[in-house]
Amino acid sequence: MSQTDQTANTNWTLLFLCWLVVSVSITGSVFFSYVMEFAPCVLCWYQRICLFPLLLIIAAGLFPLDRRVVRYALPLAIAGWLTAFYHTLLYSGIIPESIQPCAQGVSCTEEYIKLFGVLTIPMLSLLSFSTIIALLLIFKRRMSK
Amino acid sequence: MKYLIFAVSSLVLIFVFVFGSSYYKGQQAEKFGFMAKENAATFVREHSQALGSAEAKVYIVEFMDPACETCAAFAPFVKQMMAANPGKIRLVLRYAPFHDGADYFVTILEASKKQGKYWETLDIMFKSQPYWASHANPQPQRIWQFLPQAGLDIEQLKKDMDDPAIAKRIEQDLADAKTLQVHKTPGYFVNGKPLQTFGYQQLQELVQSELRAMYPN
Repeated sequence: MSQTDQTANTNWTLLFLCWLVVSVSITGSVFFSYVMEFAPCVLCWYQRICLFPLLLIIAAGLFPLDRRVVRYALPLAIAGWLTAFYHTLLYSGIIPESIQPCAQGVSCTEEYIKLFGVLTIPMLSLLSFSTIIALLLIFKRRMSK
Repeated sequence: MKYLIFAVSSLVLIFVFVFGSSYYKGQQAEKFGFMAKENAATFVREHSQALGSAEAKVYIVEFMDPACETCAAFAPFVKQMMAANPGKIRLVLRYAPFHDGADYFVTILEASKKQGKYWETLDIMFKSQPYWASHANPQPQRIWQFLPQAGLDIEQLKKDMDDPAIAKRIEQDLADAKTLQVHKTPGYFVNGKPLQTFGYQQLQELVQSELRAMYPN
């Protein structure tokens, strides 16, 4: 196997990992709402709007490997990250509840689970989007070399 | 090779999801079956309205909302099952007023209890529901034109609605709904076992299996 082949393989694996993070997150979010029957609040839906398309966009970028996938995936990931960041602040009480946008329906600050005692659902989302962005950036760097 | 990795990962994820779902549902059923014995009060409070024989061995506990369309659709279905098994099924109604402003209708319903017209009032509410509980344009005041059909003394009803005990009952029911993880209405428990997947047939099967267990011959 030549040097370039190996680099290409590593790059593919990076993007594949990114896709894996996306698909695991989607599976998790679907599990929360359809199996555990947690009603998703408005902010959760905004994050999903950013997350769900990534599954197809990144998959399309994998076959064949296309470096331009970052151009399409990154804006969505950043928008999702910002919403998740805002949601986490709201959830942990750093931003007061009085300015939250969802007064009706499901409260965005209602706590459903705490994984391992610390991880809430908005934090999980923030973590996924951070990982996705990081992987996309690393991928972009390696591809432009 | 890459296609294979991709396909296998997708399959593994789907498998984990399906397996995880059934495992989780099983766990929940076990947990609530246990709770039914240890903590029966969570399912049936003293104030809870019940229909059917007190000797019945199969209890259907329904968390409902008078403004919920599905609750209205299920009401005749549950009554049919009770009629088909006379004396064997007891229906207990609990409140989970999740719709906006649904507390108001629960209050009317609770106040009608004092005139002994609870089931008549509920029946009229479900039948007239489309006129006052539309999601796009809810008009709660419209319910009043239908209530006399239940044979209610409207003046007395309005007085009884001020009873502070009613708000406490709603609060208690909402707290129990939370404990039992009812997030949607109607939420059914048959002898403490939650409905795993929602539907007419699923409810009927759950009731039938409890009937078989409680009345073996």
